[in-house]
Amino acid sequence: MSELDPIVLLAVFQEMLGAPLLWLLIILGIITPLAFIALLLRERRLVASRMFYSQTVGLLGGGLALVLMARVSSSGFTDAGGPADWLLIGLIFGLGLVGTTLMLYSIAGWAQALRRAGHHRPSE
Amino acid sequence: MSYNDNNSLTRRRFLQLGTLGTGALLLPLSTANAAPQKFRSSARIVIVGAGAAGLALASRLTASLEGADITLVDARREHFYQPGFTLVAAGIKPVDYPVSRTADYVPEGVRLVVEPVAEIDPESNRVTTESALRLDYDFLFVACGMQLDYAAIDGMDVRRIGSNGMGSIYHSPQGAHATWLEMSRFADRGGVAVLQRPDTEMKCAGAPLKYTFIVEDYLTRRGTRAHSQVIYNSNNQALFSVPIVSEKVRMLYRERNIQMNYDRTLQAIDLDRRIATFSSPQGKVQLEYDFINVIPPMKAPDVVRNSPLPWQTGAWANEGWMEVDRGTLRHVRYPNVFGIGDIAGVPKGKTAASVKWQVPVAIEHLLADISDKPTDALYTGYTSCPLITRLGQAMLIEFDYENNLMPSFPGLVAPLEELWVSWVMKTMGLKPTYISMLRGRA
Repeated sequence: MSELDPIVLLAVFQEMLGAPLLWLLIILGIITPLAFIALLLRERRLVASRMFYSQTVGLLGGGLALVLMARVSSSGFTDAGGPADWLLIGLIFGLGLVGTTLMLYSIAGWAQALRRAGHHRPSE
Repeated sequence: MSYNDNNSLTRRRFLQLGTLGTGALLLPLSTANAAPQKFRSSARIVIVGAGAAGLALASRLTASLEGADITLVDARREHFYQPGFTLVAAGIKPVDYPVSRTADYVPEGVRLVVEPVAEIDPESNRVTTESALRLDYDFLFVACGMQLDYAAIDGMDVRRIGSNGMGSIYHSPQGAHATWLEMSRFADRGGVAVLQRPDTEMKCAGAPLKYTFIVEDYLTRRGTRAHSQVIYNSNNQALFSVPIVSEKVRMLYRERNIQMNYDRTLQAIDLDRRIATFSSPQGKVQLEYDFINVIPPMKAPDVVRNSPLPWQTGAWANEGWMEVDRGTLRHVRYPNVFGIGDIAGVPKGKTAASVKWQVPVAIEHLLADISDKPTDALYTGYTSCPLITRLGQAMLIEFDYENNLMPSFPGLVAPLEELWVSWVMKTMGLKPTYISMLRGRA
């Protein structure tokens, strides 16, 4: 490889995943943190119980991300060789953990908020 | 509808912020994607061969030139992602993994002639196809690849690939798949595995070594390694042309009890009795095998050998590779002719990664001719070989003409380290990168 051009990287990922899946992942990757931040701003605090639940399931998400990675790269679970491998394993687990946590927290939080809003709607 | 409490986020503001954020992320991508300046030219360009080099050339030439007449010639409708053959032969990917259609990658405006080329006449600036179609050119790119000379091995029969212990991963996707099935059967029983490489230039000099590692790994995984032998026969005194890599492979082979023989060239094979006959400095040597991966000698296609394009003297005159300048890929005697990819008579560089670097350089020189503005673009021999050392691990080896290692991810992905990330790159990243290269996007 000569240079790590972001455009080239995008083209490669598009080739790998197909345009629909790639854009779905990008959108999800943008919406999830935005929804989380919006929820934080709205509630003005971190709901500890919700976060705890989300993180617990998030751990599962991290594990699943590793399983998915092993599948799509035709790998086993004893292939880690050097530090770069542990870095990638950590990154994948971290991405799965954080993504799942933020997604669950946001979904749970917004579902709760919208239910409350429905109850508090002023009578017409 | 919005919530108008004092401090909470209104939906509209949230959407505005989200759009701004997304736009900010995508802005740098869109400005970087601005189309490069196109040169106006009515040049007639012929590209012989629509493999990795031919298609990448066609895509990039189309992007760089306005009004040029570009013709691609290739008799085969299928396109082979050849780096995938090893993965098929290793049982990692299915038989159709390397196969796609040439037509899927030919850019708008490029004429595809689906015929064999019968004659290349650089004296008259003309390429003639089998049906006597005459293609006159201002510039010619020869990217026809090479031919496998199975006939040079007495007793070899490609129809028997995949039977009685004989495999040949280079032959075709079907050949690679048949080799996998036979190798797998062998690994279940164990026995003597004989691996070798030819005494000619070859595409991907790493593949013979990779398959040796893979066979050894399967024997180990299937529990038959203890009563088996894995024997690698090199054609010269080294395992690989880059000394530091050759030494690393030697040490790994030593660790795994892979026997190494040097100065051995496969001359004949008895497919019924399973005996491989090698020439060596000590005379003929015969090895009985239970499994063999036959890699035949390789040479330029006849259409190039029958033309004035090959090296006329020196090491490559026999094999017929094109006499091009190693830095510009321009033909030494016919300045409007370039040789790209496997056909180029340059040291090293017979890999897909080399094509990726050669194509832009050659095009720079063509543009320099057309625009009369000189360029100093040079191909320094970059070659890349993700050397699989076992299932799930590979060494990402990259080097140049001077045998210097040229790692793409220095400090992160060590070239002589067996890493999972390098395996991941090979199994997940290489084919999409290759396809992007065909489309001129990488």
